[in-house]
This record gives sequence, C-alpha cells and structure tokens, in this order.
Amino acid sequence: MNYTLRDPAALPRLCLTALILLLLWPGFQLTEFDPAALFDARSRETMGKFIGTFFPLQTSAEFLQLIAKSTLETLAIATAGMALATLIGCPLALMVTRSLSVSRIGPGPGAALGRAVRLPARFILMFFRSIPEIVWALLFVRAVGLGPAAGVLAIGVTYGGMLGKVYSEVLESNDTRPATALLEAGSGRLGAFFYGMWPVALPELVSYTVYRWECAVRASVIMGFVGAGGLGQQMELSMRMMDGGEVSTILLVFFLLVVLADAVSAFLRKLVA
Amino acid sequence: MSVSLSQVSLEFSNGFRAINGVSCEIGRGERVAIIGPSGAGKTTLLRLLATALRPSSGSLNILGADPWSLDRLALRRLRGCVGMVHQAPPIPPRQRVVTAVLAGRLGRWPAWKGLASLFYPVDIAGAETVLARVEIADKLFERCGELSGGQLQRVGVARILYQQPELVLTDEPVSAVDPALSDRIIGELNREAIERGVTLIASLHAVDLALHWFPRVIGVKAGEIQFDLPPMRVSDAMLRELYASETAQVPTQDNRPLAVVPAGVRRKPMYL
Repeated sequence: MNYTLRDPAALPRLCLTALILLLLWPGFQLTEFDPAALFDARSRETMGKFIGTFFPLQTSAEFLQLIAKSTLETLAIATAGMALATLIGCPLALMVTRSLSVSRIGPGPGAALGRAVRLPARFILMFFRSIPEIVWALLFVRAVGLGPAAGVLAIGVTYGGMLGKVYSEVLESNDTRPATALLEAGSGRLGAFFYGMWPVALPELVSYTVYRWECAVRASVIMGFVGAGGLGQQMELSMRMMDGGEVSTILLVFFLLVVLADAVSAFLRKLVA
Repeated sequence: MSVSLSQVSLEFSNGFRAINGVSCEIGRGERVAIIGPSGAGKTTLLRLLATALRPSSGSLNILGADPWSLDRLALRRLRGCVGMVHQAPPIPPRQRVVTAVLAGRLGRWPAWKGLASLFYPVDIAGAETVLARVEIADKLFERCGELSGGQLQRVGVARILYQQPELVLTDEPVSAVDPALSDRIIGELNREAIERGVTLIASLHAVDLALHWFPRVIGVKAGEIQFDLPPMRVSDAMLRELYASETAQVPTQDNRPLAVVPAGVRRKPMYL
C-alpha cells in the first residue's frame, strides 16, 4: 500500500479558517468597527467625563436601605423566574434530546412518533426564546398588571426556551453510552435519563443554570422599566434624575450579585462533581 | 429455540462488512463461547443479538420473535429479557455501585419504582447478594469511578445477575480481571445459566476459559463462523488458523501457553 506522510486534514482546516475570516471581514466593515477611535484624545476626554459623573457613590443610609429592599425584590424575581424556566425547560428538553430516543437504536420502531413529539417541542422552545423578555413582559403586564409578576412570567418563558435548548444539547454532547446501554436493556426514557445521563451531565447543567440565573438578575433591570420593581426600577428612576452616584451604587450591587452567583456556581459544581 | 440467525449480514455505513452471512441456532439453556481474533466481529455479533444493531440482510429470531418486526412496547419487553455485559462497562463514574446494579431491572420495574430507588435504593439486600457472587460486596456504596477496571467489569456482571434475563450475552466480561478471579466469574456465570435454565453466550479472548467452561465453542474470524464444535473436537490446528494474524501464541487468560486439554462440561475451577 502506498500512502504519503502528509496530514490529510491540513488543507480542509486551512480552507475553513480562511472561509471564517472571509465571512467576518464584511461584518467589521458594515459596523464601522474602528478600535482606534476608543483611544483618540477627544474620546478619552468625553468618556472620562461620563465616568466622572458616576462618582462619588451615593452611600446615604436611607438610599442603602432602599437598595437593600430592591435587591431582595430582584433576587426574588430572578429566582422565581428561573424556577418557572426550569419547570418549562426540563420536560421540553427531555422530549427533544435525541440521545434518549429509543427509535434511534437500530433504527427501530417508533421513529414517526418520536418525530411527532420532538418537532413541536423544538418549535415551542424556539418560539419562547425568539421573542425578547421585554416584549413578553409587556404582554403579561396586560394580564397581571404592573409589578413583579409580569417580570417573573417573562423571565420564566424566555429562559425556559433557552434552558430547554441548551439542556438538550448538553445531554446530546455528553457520553451517551450509559443511557444507550440502559435503553438497550429495556429501560424507559426517564429511567435512562436519571440512571444514565443525569450523573454524567449534572455539573454542566448546574453551571449553565446558575449562569442563566445571573443573567436573570440582569434581565430584571429591563423588567424594572415595565414597573416590575426591584433594582431595575430604582436604576430607571436614578437615570431619569441623572444621579450618577446612585446609578453607580446600583451597578456595584450588580457586580456583587454576579460575584455571588460565580461563587455559588463553583460551590455547586464541586458538590455534584 | 433461544437464538436463530439465518444468513445474517451487517454492513456499516462506511461499507465495512462486519458480519458476512452468518447462520447459527442456539437452543434454550445452551452455554456457548465465541472466540476469535480482535476485529473478527465478536462484539458486533453480540450487539446484533442484543438488538442494538439491525442486520443489513438475513433474518434474526431472538427468544421466539423477530425483534425488528415488533412494535415499540413488545421490543422494549424483549430487550428487558436480554441482558448484555459490555466489555467496557457503560457506567457513569459518579454513580454508586448499588445504583449501577439496581439499574439492571429498569426494564422490568415501573417508572415510579426506578425513580424512587434514586432517593433510597429499594433493594439493597438484592444488590449485595449479587455483588457477593462476584466478590465485591464491600464496594456496595462506593462510586464506580473509584473502582479499578476489573472491579468495574465485575459490577457489570453483577448488574446482569440482578437483571435475571432469559438470554445472557457477555462481551469479554473478564478481560481486565486476574486469571484466578476470572475463572471464578466465568464459573459464576455458568452456574447462573444452569440454575435458571437460561441461555449464555459469552465472547472470550482467552481460549483456555472458553474451552474449559463451555460445552459449545464457536470460532469467528472476519465476520464469518469458522467452526462450531464441542471443545473436545477443537484442534490445535483450528485454533492456530483462527488466530493466525495475531501473536504466535493462542491467547489465554494468564498468557501462558495453552496447555489445557479441552474437557467439555466443567466442574472444578481451573486456577488455584
């Protein structure tokens, strides 16, 4: 047998990299991306002045008390929203994921039924996450009135769509051998998931869920603009009054919440690893 | 009739013909060993019998039914009656041994029982009994990731003993286990098959174990059956031809030359 010692994957990889760079180039042109403008003397001056309005931080006791109460509201909205999102996302993810599909083995009977369940579930997930939270919030405000409930529902629906999609892709990308072996031994879908996929994929699922909770905290800022309460509403009031000090205190609280989420994620991952 | 293959062929999507016109009949309660060199198709043949793969041509009959003409529920019930021990046990490292063993009956238990068992194992005594038969009862609550390769293989065997299937398929179940213990494990599998009157089909890399414990030996090479004989009729020449492409020596569990006289039905352990 006559074979050369060249790497057969080298040329395709080179072509693919060139193609990707070629696709990115028009994007930079269209958006007038010019990093040099950031470091221009005049830009520095105006940016500096803008940042200057954020200092000094507003640290009066009554404001801090107000912020503390709002933080609790925000945490409640984010956590309740994520709980709802998990309730929506988990069943849909289990319906969509192909690694729990019994008809895939062989392939065997039941493929049509599988498709009939999988396609609508995927469509629902896509629909939920394609509409921005703010639009869902405006819709729910009509039903439940101004207040945190609209924010919770909006976060629940949008993030449910995102969680469902990412959960199903995480389940498909991890080692599917344990689940497949259980399906080949006659186990049902749920049994194969809890005995075969859950122990394998849990750290990844946890880390993504905590990250989404952190995003929900930020999303509650936008919810605040529809009167959902919490830090978002405070931020909107402070920005309207052009009080940079109050805004920067609120931003500091956001930063601390993200630090908290990071720590919780690391702790939980170590716990389930 | 437990298993019946008729001119079964399997071609993978890349064109490789793994199984080529195999015909075979194995009755209920028979104990059969499949031997052959690496890449011969032993694992593929077992996966065909386990209904994990679908033949490209030919007909297949497992436990009295053609699995690929059954509906979903009937196929699931059939799969619950067929048990397979994989060469590399597909058990998540985080899972504990007791849960991995109890997973054997998921095909038989209702869904609520399987889920309840995750909170508190429903049959710890049963799991401990089967683990004692493969001599790792002390590892009941350990995580599978902390076990050695041989111990993990024994957990796979314990799972099949707990499942109690009608057709037991084992794919090199003792490849990582030391010779004395592997002899006892194969003995345990044979005892299980004899006591419950179920069919045992084991693919083995070690020829001495196959010739010692099984009353029927099938040699497979390049996806075809080379011979199908009782061990007394398997000659050295046949074995040499079967393993011609491998090492100069016919493979055995302890890597010593094959010195054992094929003796048909087993009674005593081989390694002391």
